[in-house]
Amino acid sequence: MGCVEVLLRAAPWLVTVLLLAPVALGVGLTLLPAFGYLPVLGGDSVSLDPWRQLLAMPGLGRSVSLSLLAGVLTPLLALAIVLMFLAGSSGTALERWLRRLVAPLLAVPHAAAAFGLAFLIAPAGLLSRLVSPGLTGSERPPDLLIVNDPWGLSMMLALVLKEVPFLLLMALAALPQCEPGPRVLLARSLGYRPAVAWVLTVLPALYPLLRLPVYAVIAYASATVDVAMILGPTLPATLSVSVLQWFSDPDLNLRFQAAAGAVLQLGVTALAMLLWRLLEALAAVAGRHWLAAGQRSRGEAVLRHAGRLGVVFLLALALGSLLALLLNSVAGFWRFPDALPGNWTLQTWSRALPEVLAPLGNTLLLAGAATLIAVSLCLAVLEAEGRQGRRLAPALWLLYLPLLVPQIAFLFGLIVATEFLRWTPDARLVLFVHLLFVLPYVFLSLSEAWRHLDPRWTQLATTLGASPWRRFWRIRLPLLLGPCLSAAAVGLAVSVGQYLATQLPGAGRVPTLTTEAVALAAGGNRGIIAVWALLQAAVPMLGFAMALLVPRLLWRHRLGMRSTP
Amino acid sequence: MLRALTGLLLLALLGTAGRAATPDPADWDAVLAEARGQTVYFHAWAGDPQINAFIVWAGEQLQAQHGVTLQHVKIGDTAESVARILAERMAGNADRGSVDLLWVNGENFAALKANDLLYGPFAESLPNFPLVQAERFPEMREDFTIPVEGYESPWTRSRLVFYFDPDLLPEPPLSMTELLSWSQANPGLFTYPRPPDFLGSTFLKQALLELAAERAVLYESVDPAQFDAVTAPLWAYLDALHPTLLRGGRSFPGNGGELRRMLGDGEIALAFSFSPAEASAGILAGELPPTVRSFVPRGGSIGNVSFLAIPFNAPARAGALVAANYLLSPEAQARAYSPEVMGSTTVLSMDALSPADRARFEAIDPGPATLPPQALGDPLREPHPSWMEALEQAWLARYGVR
Repeated sequence: MGCVEVLLRAAPWLVTVLLLAPVALGVGLTLLPAFGYLPVLGGDSVSLDPWRQLLAMPGLGRSVSLSLLAGVLTPLLALAIVLMFLAGSSGTALERWLRRLVAPLLAVPHAAAAFGLAFLIAPAGLLSRLVSPGLTGSERPPDLLIVNDPWGLSMMLALVLKEVPFLLLMALAALPQCEPGPRVLLARSLGYRPAVAWVLTVLPALYPLLRLPVYAVIAYASATVDVAMILGPTLPATLSVSVLQWFSDPDLNLRFQAAAGAVLQLGVTALAMLLWRLLEALAAVAGRHWLAAGQRSRGEAVLRHAGRLGVVFLLALALGSLLALLLNSVAGFWRFPDALPGNWTLQTWSRALPEVLAPLGNTLLLAGAATLIAVSLCLAVLEAEGRQGRRLAPALWLLYLPLLVPQIAFLFGLIVATEFLRWTPDARLVLFVHLLFVLPYVFLSLSEAWRHLDPRWTQLATTLGASPWRRFWRIRLPLLLGPCLSAAAVGLAVSVGQYLATQLPGAGRVPTLTTEAVALAAGGNRGIIAVWALLQAAVPMLGFAMALLVPRLLWRHRLGMRSTP
Repeated sequence: MLRALTGLLLLALLGTAGRAATPDPADWDAVLAEARGQTVYFHAWAGDPQINAFIVWAGEQLQAQHGVTLQHVKIGDTAESVARILAERMAGNADRGSVDLLWVNGENFAALKANDLLYGPFAESLPNFPLVQAERFPEMREDFTIPVEGYESPWTRSRLVFYFDPDLLPEPPLSMTELLSWSQANPGLFTYPRPPDFLGSTFLKQALLELAAERAVLYESVDPAQFDAVTAPLWAYLDALHPTLLRGGRSFPGNGGELRRMLGDGEIALAFSFSPAEASAGILAGELPPTVRSFVPRGGSIGNVSFLAIPFNAPARAGALVAANYLLSPEAQARAYSPEVMGSTTVLSMDALSPADRARFEAIDPGPATLPPQALGDPLREPHPSWMEALEQAWLARYGVR
């Protein structure tokens, strides 16, 4: 057995340790100060004081409820829209059209989308300008609490806007192996209407494949920092935002309380997942009743229209947000209620461009390197799995740990750990931390397609005497080039969007488009925010565009290869 | 990235040298020699592109004049850097810190100094320090009542200045009491940033200074037994003011930038800033209507100085000293004063400057909405930093859950 062979065999374990160790270390080093142990600040004994301090914070109960609500409601809405849409619109022109749009929508980083939405729906936003003073009868923006509303509705709207494309992409990738065609056909032959048939026969096979992405959405929504800071409630803020504020308060005694809060956030996210598990069980019972009742068409109309309506609504919102960003980026003084800027200027762009080069270079290098490493490691794991002929089931969940554990619960601890190890904060460290998030997403996007490649292709190659490596390079990789590239595009987008995971390990020395955007956003200038949000969105979009174009160019003489998704 | 990597390589090389010799600012030639070739990581708030552009310019000058590379590390909140320095201290990192120079004042400085996280004293040995005439301007030696003791070097003056939209507010209110009666008569035209935002907390301090029965206690560490009695007039005032604010006081803007945006959109008629030139800069940048004007309250407004500090574990100390001294030079201060550049008020004393240097300042037009220095009057001193913490906590306890 060659050296490469050994490495390949070790790949799944290597990857698991690579992802598991930093998270465990980070959580561990958060737990210590959460129970009062932080010798530098005079905490040298274990106590419950940080928890007492935390529980005494005004509005803590509300903060926790808000995070929990967002953690359950966001995936519920996003999943409902995706499933209803797939049930009601499979095979329609709308679905084919949306397949092409889903990638660019997914590409826009969360913060950029949140700013776009804020510029669209705020009291002085684009929508309000369009209807003022005609409908509102006022020359001044309406005094309404739309953005930063106390129950986080605008925040959840932004999250749904971002998570629907993600879940849709995951669902579209997993669908082929559920064989929706024959299933629906069979149910229809028994008299079920098409959407009902889809829900009753395809959904039960599809959902288990979607479960992990859904849990990642729960973790993200219950602990989001950037979206919550832009659109979320403020009095009080969500738990994650409060914890972040305590972590960066000049009053260093708040660190204990912050650590306790981070641990609480871990609990809140876990609770949200537990609640979701209950909802799953309830849905299963309800589904069985529905099935047993034998109704052929009840719910057909709702399924058909609600999903389509939801998707079209979100699409309009996304395009409106993009338009709001574009307008603001070229607006001079833009007095309310003018629907369009009074004067147009490219000044914001021309001032930003010389500043863009260095962060753009860093962004591209980091995202490129993280994605390349992540895709290679994922391929190694999947190839090893294939050759050993079994799934590494227990290790699988661990692989997704960085997505399921909230960032604030382990990133601060992890930075302390790297300091102890005397690792200098630099681009390599940032790359490593990015990998923690890029790798699971790449694996999530790639694994189903890889595992379900028709085995007859490789069997055929084996009978022709091809070695395992030849089968990998000449059969599997070319056949799965499309999925590999889309997974890479997802990885790229994940890396580009990282803020805390760039700023903390890099000590601010590795500026990327996202860290610059956040720093400049502190100044509140709408034009500048818009320019940087658009720049931030452009890089991942380029990635997705390449993922679509490269296979077409490469296989331009091979018609059969082009049909792979 | 390449730049960052070469910077790090340099740092690694210089780190060893820096450990052996602590630069002595009194021997300035030795400092200049040691600084040549160093990269100074300057952590500075980056929310204003004008400030960022100024730092780029200052970096070019430093490179040309002294061979020092100034690398702006853009941060949204200075406390992030304080947290970073603390984490390094925690891990026993005593000479390879990631921050060389930090723009800081107030509670962040208090936290750094109290935890022995600073290098120094160095400020009063800088060749340009005599130009601030600290004997005449005691605020150069005192940061929110905390004695500076040479642990940070003056860099820019801040002054709380109100600005207003004359279309919506013809007669600006010149005191907190007038502000309340105006806001009660015209609800929904005013708001302030949500504490613990720096500017929001400053509004609380300004109100407290105007409303408190006596000011002397505010310049000492908070006595918890007295806190309620001293601040009672402030809470009574805010209880009356909040229902008249924009959004009925149920939601507040996050920072000064958002406040400026609200004035630009005509959501509010009155806003305030820590930079006397903000209104002029906002007009120039197309964010504010050209009719906006500034004023200070009749009884004066809070003013402070912000400083440059060097953390205890900064590897490029000599370079940081050279940078701090350059930023204190008439050349750099005059450039920063120009409203097209930064509009920052200088910390230098005009009397200490040579006629040629004074002419640099006199040649600059401060902008249509900027008050001349004599109109600003004498600043009110910043209260002790413990008041800021206590006020923020009490505010959150009272109004933090809406």
